[in-house]
Amino acid sequence: MADAAEARAVYAALLPLRDAGRITELVPAARTVLVEADPLPDLPALLAGVRAGPVVPGRTVEIAVTYDGPDLAEVARLTGLAVAEVVRRHAAAEYVVAFSGFAPGFGYLTGLPAELHVPRRDTPRTAVPAGSVAVAGEFTGVYPRRSPGGWQLLGRTAAVLWDAEREPPALLVPGTRVRFTR
Amino acid sequence: MITVLRAGPLTTVQDLGRPGLAQLGVPRSGAADLPALRLANRLVGNPEGAAGLETTLLGCALRFGTGRWVALTGAPVPAPMGVPFRVPAGGTLEIGTALAGLRTYLAVGGGLAVPATLGSRSTDLLSGLGPAPLRDGDTLPLGDPGPPAAVDAVPLPPVAAEPVLRLRFGPRDDRLAPAARRMLAAEAFPVSPDSDRIGVRLAGPALPRSRTDELPSEPIVLGSVQLPPDGRPVLFLADHPTTGGYPVVGVVHPADVPAAAQARPGTRLRFRPVPPG
Repeated sequence: MADAAEARAVYAALLPLRDAGRITELVPAARTVLVEADPLPDLPALLAGVRAGPVVPGRTVEIAVTYDGPDLAEVARLTGLAVAEVVRRHAAAEYVVAFSGFAPGFGYLTGLPAELHVPRRDTPRTAVPAGSVAVAGEFTGVYPRRSPGGWQLLGRTAAVLWDAEREPPALLVPGTRVRFTR
Repeated sequence: MITVLRAGPLTTVQDLGRPGLAQLGVPRSGAADLPALRLANRLVGNPEGAAGLETTLLGCALRFGTGRWVALTGAPVPAPMGVPFRVPAGGTLEIGTALAGLRTYLAVGGGLAVPATLGSRSTDLLSGLGPAPLRDGDTLPLGDPGPPAAVDAVPLPPVAAEPVLRLRFGPRDDRLAPAARRMLAAEAFPVSPDSDRIGVRLAGPALPRSRTDELPSEPIVLGSVQLPPDGRPVLFLADHPTTGGYPVVGVVHPADVPAAAQARPGTRLRFRPVPPG
């Protein structure tokens, strides 16, 4: 697929089959969607017209962020923007969770302004605190729990991204719209 | 209740895991050798998905507070295998060192009644879901046993000395240099000691890649053979990550994944390419 938005559209189109039990795993990613089923449904027929079709928007979540991350200065240097401008543009954009991975509840958010696309850190941190708001490549995301990580940290939130005892456990699922507030 | 006298190097509670949640980033987890756990449960009259124990190479030792029927499957140990037997109240069960293979499964009548997370009692070593690996002195609550099983004993599948795994190339086999495709079909790949429930890391010849740039993250399926930049393939097992940025150059037949999960370090794995479909 051409981009994460199209992969998400395909994922959304196949969700009814998963809910009907005809698909055991349905996993979107950056350019591809995994379908695990036995027997495999007629995917070409199911997907005909999906790409042109509208995607039903997911619910919107607002995440309050304190923009004091240790990589703000580095991101400013890489982008040629002032720190305040990095923060303003990150908080002004609207995001959609394209897919999850890396850890339970870690959403890869699309919608990051192109000028904020920066590479991962050369050396990953061995421990990134839970709630860290970060960017890498075309994505932004929030670390659900303390873990190693190589993304550039812009700030932090007190929002609980993942709680296995909560229903639903993940704050962000594919399709969720996200706004970061300051 | 069961008391853990000797936890062994890695003993975890396992059931059928958490399939169907990968879109949230939750690994499937569950027994690395699923057919072995299912069989052990059938032998003691449990539902196939009841929680049991998965030991690693050196087994474990347990004291039973109440008498229960138990069954051992998977990697054979010096104890009755593939047949239900009774451990009396106050009795000790010693699961010794595996004679072959890597992971032995213990089912207990009634199952292990540790709390479930997201519908499963499995320990997921990648994401930390489920109970921690057993430690000496831990106690494990037991469920209520049902009626005994109708089976007496079953022949266990032998542990292959040099497993041959059916491999379907793709989806990213275009990342394999032509020589790498031939090597995958012809060479033996020793299992590396740093293998775990996440994946079997393969030593042996490094596979040349046709290109080395990363992919945008793609979903990963059980049995995926991923090729990192160093050319040493990783065959993903139960606790595999749900997405990854290195190319998956082939997928092992689901029926052959348990053999990979039973391959101890040093075991030479071979791949037999099979056509798609």
